[in-house]
Amino acid sequence: MTTPNSYMNGPDERGHFGIFGGRYVAETLMPLILEVEKAYDAAKADPSFQKDYDYYAKHYVGRPSPLYFAERLTRELGGAKIYFKRDELNHTGSHKANNVLGQILLARRMGKKRIIAETGAGQHGVATATFCALFNLPCVVYMGATDIARQAPNVFRMKLLGAEVIGVESGTGTLKDAMNDALRDWVTNVEETFYIIGTAAGPHPYPVMVRDFQSIIGREAKEQMLEAEGRLPDQLVACIGGGSNAIGLFHPFLDDKDVAITGVEAAGFGVKTDKHAASLTGGKPGVLHGNRTFLLQDDDGQIQDAHSISAGLDYPGIGPEHSWLHDIGRVNYASASDTEALEAFQMLSKVEGIIPALEPAHALAHVTKIAPDMGKDKIILMNLCGRGDKDIFTVAEALGVEI
Amino acid sequence: MSQTRLEKRFADLKEEGRGGLVTFVTAGDPDFETSLELVKGLPKAGADVIELGMPFSDPMADGPAIQASSLRALRNGMTLSKTLDLVRAFRQDNQDTPIILMGYYNPIYIYGVDKFLTDAKSAGVDGFIIVDLPPEHDDEFCIPTMEQGLHFIRLTTPTTVGDRLPKVLNNTSGFVYYVSILGITGTAAASDSATHEAVARLKAETDLPVAVGFGIRTPEQAAKVATVADAAVVGSAIIDKLRENLDDDNQAKPGLSQAVLEYVRTLADGVRGSRT
Ligand SMILES: Cc1ncc(COP(=O)(O)O)c(C=O)c1O
Repeated sequence: MTTPNSYMNGPDERGHFGIFGGRYVAETLMPLILEVEKAYDAAKADPSFQKDYDYYAKHYVGRPSPLYFAERLTRELGGAKIYFKRDELNHTGSHKANNVLGQILLARRMGKKRIIAETGAGQHGVATATFCALFNLPCVVYMGATDIARQAPNVFRMKLLGAEVIGVESGTGTLKDAMNDALRDWVTNVEETFYIIGTAAGPHPYPVMVRDFQSIIGREAKEQMLEAEGRLPDQLVACIGGGSNAIGLFHPFLDDKDVAITGVEAAGFGVKTDKHAASLTGGKPGVLHGNRTFLLQDDDGQIQDAHSISAGLDYPGIGPEHSWLHDIGRVNYASASDTEALEAFQMLSKVEGIIPALEPAHALAHVTKIAPDMGKDKIILMNLCGRGDKDIFTVAEALGVEI
Repeated sequence: MSQTRLEKRFADLKEEGRGGLVTFVTAGDPDFETSLELVKGLPKAGADVIELGMPFSDPMADGPAIQASSLRALRNGMTLSKTLDLVRAFRQDNQDTPIILMGYYNPIYIYGVDKFLTDAKSAGVDGFIIVDLPPEHDDEFCIPTMEQGLHFIRLTTPTTVGDRLPKVLNNTSGFVYYVSILGITGTAAASDSATHEAVARLKAETDLPVAVGFGIRTPEQAAKVATVADAAVVGSAIIDKLRENLDDDNQAKPGLSQAVLEYVRTLADGVRGSRT
């Protein structure tokens, strides 16, 4: 089935992108995962599924999200023209809604009666709780204790929406630990429960399913860019936690050879320290959470704790398709530190009147590094995948401000 | 081909007309020396097969007791190669009790599959249970294990039904491990009748011995399971007993191994009394 010279054909039928991906899960889950795959394939082929998706995407999420030319920022940086794909304007405040909508429609098709999710920044948890409210399904969200403390507004939001938020104390109490506990719940309640994974990682078919649902970002952006500029951008930039907003923007452009693509990982205190979340820059291939991918780990294969000021990027792994794109060199992966992200966060607020989430602030930090050196005739398209309301407490604390 | 240590053990149990006791402890919990002393004492306390956990930072199929056990071992410097050292030390004075290493794939993948299998075999390991390697990934570790003459033991669960079961039984050797509940280690046990039915279903499909585990905590439960299955597996309950013998810094209190072994003895007595 692989057409030569295309980067868009993966994964193979066993869920592999090159050596990455797969389904490394306990036997209890295997039958269900195969069932999810079958149901997803059937849904994809069913026009009524797409119709439902489009309906809620338009009327409930608010798609298409605008493509916005950031004129003041462009002038300020003095180089390439900067465009934002404004997924921060989605209902619930981030790109996470695109994916949750798709998966919850699938869960309903499969007759599942209970939804679980993991969350880091709380954006995926909020999106999941939101759609569970809409479709009247009980919702349990696993969230690391550390993240509960630093994303308090989102915790309260989820509760308002009727979800049960379970704090996870194990490990460092961040996203990886939340995912472990969500998997433990799933093994226990496998018959009735659908696990809505929040990023383009996990066992096959999750990485491809999440990518497909998020690709609406790139498809819209491509069309909008052609309309605005009559051509494709020269450079795409997106931040990487597990990689869902990034793959969503990148995937429709992978075969456009003249479009350079950069994913930005979280460098925390610096990729040379032991406090960062840059799995591609600082990790090596391993197996965790159902897939083979680049992981932060020690010489004994024990997973290391990630660090980022942004809870949504604080994950020691990355989706398998990114590992593959990194391996074959189609996408370039850079990183931005906590400090750089904080600066970008403040800059965008002042220059464009947009308070970004700390996650895309990492992407923006990279844009501020490369834009000045690019010609004024060049175009950068960045995924502004989330808004920063949830982060104001973290940022205030980092800046030493009491609110 | 001659019998492996594991096959011989199950053949002997059959001859004796009793079910076996399989005990799980984590290698290096709470520290290497205590763990070695404990493992060395298990055969005499009545363990017929030893399952030794390879500590992993993210044990996704395990409940709180085994998670904590794994982390204690890692904090005290346990590694995969030290787990093999522990097996090697055990084998110096025990040639009969099979040792099965149980854990997750990543540490093995990082160690290197071929090197790991060579080192494990020479250390005296008899087989493996790798929770996150379903049949879909057999080429990665299961097939190389079989080529080394070692056992790859698979978990079957209440969801392993229909055409899934033959798929799971294929390439399984030594014994089949039936996980009697949906869920993680250390939770409630399944009902007797459900276990009975499931074992019968498995026995209709395979000649391999069937061990049943997850949720067994008392000698009575172990005894009941051992009447319908070829062996009962006890893990979290043993780890809980171990934890009762740790001080506030998670270090072993004097007498830890004796206390744990006494408990194992009660389980073994239960199992041994079960079919008389
Ligand atoms: C706004 C925002 N961006 C990015 C991410 C990171 O996830 P991903 O890399 O899957 O897009 C998160 C995760 O919580 C998020 O909330």
